[in-house]
Amino acid sequence: MSPLLEIRSVSKRFGGVAANIDISFDVRRGEILGLIGPNGAGKTSLFNAIAGEVTPDSGEIMLNGQRLSGLGPVACAALGVARTFQVVRSFDTMTVLENVMVGAFLRHRAPAAAMRAATDIIGFCGLNGRIDRPAWGLSPPEKRRLEVARALATEPQLLLLDEMLTGLTPTEAQSGVQLIRDVAARGVTIIMVEHVMEIVLPLVERAVVLNLGQILTIGTSAEIVRNPAVIRAYLGDRYAA
Amino acid sequence: MTAAHLLQVAAGGLLMGLVYALVAAGLSLIFGLMDVVNFAHGELMMLAMYAVFAIWAINGTDPLLLLPIVAVLLFGIGIAIYHGLIARALSVQFNRGMVQIFVTFGLAIFIRGACQFVWGGDFKSITGHWLAGRTIELGGVFLPLPQMAASAICLAAFAGLLAIGRTEFGRALEATREDRDAVALIGIDRNRIFALGWGLGAGAVGVAGVMLAGFYYVGPNVGASFAVIAYVTVALGGFGSMLGALVAGILIGEVEAFTAAFWEPSLKQVGVFAVYLAVLMLRPRGLFGRL
Amino acid sequence: MANAIVKRRRQELVVGGVVLAGLALLPVPIKDVYTQNLIIITVLFAGLAQAWNILGGYCGQISLGHALYFGIGSYVSTLLYLKLGIPPTLGLFAAGIVAGAAALLIGWPCFRLSGHYYAIATVVVGEIGYLLFLNWDFVGGATGVFIPFKGESWAELQFKTAKLPYHFVVLAFAAATWLAAFWLEGSRWGFAWRAVKDDVVAARSLGVNIFASKMAAAALSGGFTGMGGALYAQYVGYIDPDSVLAGHFSILIALPAVLGGVGTLWGPLIGAAVLIPASELSRSYLGGSGRGVDLMLYGGLIVLVALARPQGLVSLFNWRRKSDVPAA
Repeated sequence: MSPLLEIRSVSKRFGGVAANIDISFDVRRGEILGLIGPNGAGKTSLFNAIAGEVTPDSGEIMLNGQRLSGLGPVACAALGVARTFQVVRSFDTMTVLENVMVGAFLRHRAPAAAMRAATDIIGFCGLNGRIDRPAWGLSPPEKRRLEVARALATEPQLLLLDEMLTGLTPTEAQSGVQLIRDVAARGVTIIMVEHVMEIVLPLVERAVVLNLGQILTIGTSAEIVRNPAVIRAYLGDRYAA
Repeated sequence: MTAAHLLQVAAGGLLMGLVYALVAAGLSLIFGLMDVVNFAHGELMMLAMYAVFAIWAINGTDPLLLLPIVAVLLFGIGIAIYHGLIARALSVQFNRGMVQIFVTFGLAIFIRGACQFVWGGDFKSITGHWLAGRTIELGGVFLPLPQMAASAICLAAFAGLLAIGRTEFGRALEATREDRDAVALIGIDRNRIFALGWGLGAGAVGVAGVMLAGFYYVGPNVGASFAVIAYVTVALGGFGSMLGALVAGILIGEVEAFTAAFWEPSLKQVGVFAVYLAVLMLRPRGLFGRL
Repeated sequence: MANAIVKRRRQELVVGGVVLAGLALLPVPIKDVYTQNLIIITVLFAGLAQAWNILGGYCGQISLGHALYFGIGSYVSTLLYLKLGIPPTLGLFAAGIVAGAAALLIGWPCFRLSGHYYAIATVVVGEIGYLLFLNWDFVGGATGVFIPFKGESWAELQFKTAKLPYHFVVLAFAAATWLAAFWLEGSRWGFAWRAVKDDVVAARSLGVNIFASKMAAAALSGGFTGMGGALYAQYVGYIDPDSVLAGHFSILIALPAVLGGVGTLWGPLIGAAVLIPASELSRSYLGGSGRGVDLMLYGGLIVLVALARPQGLVSLFNWRRKSDVPAA
C-alpha cells in the first residue's frame, strides 16, 4: 500500500538558521509515528510545513500523492491534515460545542449536521460534561482534549499532535495516551511531536529522531532506545541545558 | 517653478514634519510598551496648547519659558491617566483591545468637552509674541521663526527621548517591551514602567503642543485634526519604532507640503493618506515596524 | 445537552419578536415630536450598530471608518432619486449594494493589516472619503444635497410632518439587521467569524478561509450600513459630508455595539437605547450653552461603561446561563 504522507528532501531556513535540512521519510497509513528530538531539532518547523503554515524552501510534501507543500493551512485542512498546537489555542469566547463546530463546518455545511458531528466527537473525546461551557474556563488537560476534538471534527486522514502530553500529570498523561490510541483506532494516522522520549516511545510503532535539523535515525521504539547516537544527542542536550 | 520655490516647499514640509514626528513619538512609545493606542493623544496636545494660552492670557508669560512647566504638567497628566484608566483597561479579561480603544476615545471626548467648558468653543491664538511674523532668509528660502523654533525644540525633545532610551530606565523600558511578564522576575515593576511611559508620551506631545501654540490656533477640535496625522505617522513608521516616527513624520510633512503646493491645498491630507496606504500595502507593519 | 444552542436561539427569536412588537407600538401613543424623533434615531442607530457588529463584533475587525459606508449609502440613494428619479425604496438597495461593494474594495487591501494597523487604516480610508466628497462638485461638495419635498409617498419615503411612517421604516431596517445577525450567528459564517476573532492561526488550521471570512463580514456590514445611510438621508432631507461622512460618525456607529456588547445579538440595541438618548438629551439640555458639559458627560459615560462592563451592558441582563458571560 502506498504511504499516506511522503516527505521528500524538505529543507527550511529561518534567517541564517537551518531548521530542517534535507528531511525525507514516509508515514504509513494508520500508524502512530513519533517525531522526537531535543529542543531546536526542527520538529515544530517540520510540523508547520506539513500543516501548511510554513512553505519549505525546497523539497516536497505529498499526501496521497498530492502535493501539500505551499498550499497553505486552509487547503491542507481541506485535504485531510489536522493539527493541535504546542501552546493551546482555543476559541476562548466560544463554548466547547461551538469550538468543535468550527472544525465540523469544514465537512458539513448545514449547522444541524455540523452540530451532530461535533456532538459525537465531543463524546468520543470525553468532554460531554463540558459541552456547553465556554472554552476559557476549561482546565489545561481539557483544553488539550478540546483541541483534539476540534481537529478530529475536520475528519482528517492525518492528525498532527504537537506536544499534547507535555506538562500533564502522570494520570492526565495516561488518559491522554488512551485518547490517542482511540483516535488511531478510528483509522486516523497520527504524527506526534514530543520532547520527552519516555512519553512517546511506548505509544508509537516507529519514531523519527531529529537533531540539529537533520534526521538522526528512523526506527522502531526498541531500535531508538538502543541507538548510541540518539542517547548522545539527548544526553548532550541535557548536559548543555 | 524654480529651485528656490522647491526648496521653500521642502523646508516648510520639514519644519512641520519634525513637529509631527514628536507628536507621533509619544504615541509610538506608549504603543510599543503596552500595545495600547491612545486615541486621546491629540487631546493631550490640545491640553498643552490651552495651558500655554491660559497662562499667557493671564500674565503674558513667554510660551517658551512655559515649556518646562507644561511638559512636566503633561507628564503628570499622563501618569494620572495611566493609573486612573489604562491600568484598569489592561486588566479586563476579554475585549481588551476594544475596551482600550474606547476608553481612550471616551477620554478624548471628555477632554474636548472640558476644554470647551473652560475656554469656550471659539478659536484662540497667542498674539504679539516676539518671534511671530519674523523670518530668516537662507539662500532665497524664507523660514518663519516660530516654526523654526518649534521644529528645533521638537528635534531636541526627540533627541532627549532617544537619550532616555540609553539610560538605566530606558533599558528597563526596552526589557518591558520585549517581555512584559519576564521583567517582573528581575525586579522591574511593570506598572511603574508603564506609568512612566505614559508620562513620557504625554510630556513629549506636550512639548509639541507648546511649540505649536506659538503659530497655530487653539480650539476644542485642534486635537482631533492632529490626531489623525499622528496615527498615520505612527502606523507608517511602524508602531513602537522611534526612528520610524521621525522618518515618517518628516515624510508626511513633505508629502503634505508638496501636495498643497502642486496639487490642491484642501486635498493635502489626501496626498498624505494615499502615500500611507501605498506604503502599508508593501510593508503592512510600517517602514520600521517589528510589532 | 447539545440542544442548549438550539434552545437559546429559539428563546432569542421569541424575545426578538416581543421586542419588535414593543418597539413598533412604542411611539404610537406619543404625540411629542421631539420624543418621536429621539426614538427613530435610536432605532436607526440600533440597526447601524448591529451592521457594524457583524464586522467589528462577530469577526473582531475593529472598523473606525464606517461613516464612509453610511455616507456612500446616503449619497447613492439621494442622487439616484434627485438625478434619475429612482424612488428611495429602490435606491435603498442600490445604496446597500454600492456600500457593500465599497467595503469589499477597501477590505481587499486593508485586511492584509491586523490589529491597530487595521483600525487606523479604516480611520484613514474614512477620512479620504470625507475629503473627496468635500471637494467633489458633482455630489454638491461642501454645500451638500437638499432633498426637496415632492409629496407624501411611501415609495419615495416622503412624509411631510408625520414621524410614525419613518419609525416603521427604520424599525424594519433595524429588525432586518437583527435577523441577519441572528441567522448569521447560527451559520457557518458566524462560526468562522468568531473563530477568526478569537484565534486566526487556529481558525485557519481548521480550514477557515480568513480573508474570505473577513471580506464576507465587511460586505454585509458595509451594505447594511449603506442602507441605513439611505434611510437617514431620506429622513433628515439634507446631507453634506460633515453630517454623514465625518470621522466622528464612525465612532457613533461603533459605540452602541461596543458599549452594549460586541458580538452579541442584543448589545447594539441595548447600547443604542442607552447612548443615543443620553447624548441627545444631554445635548438638548446642556449642549445649548456651548460649554461642553454634554461632551464631558458623554465621554465620561463611555469611559465608565467600557471599564465597568468590558463585556458590554448586555452582561447586566444575565438571563442566559451564567457561564455564558465570563466575569471580568
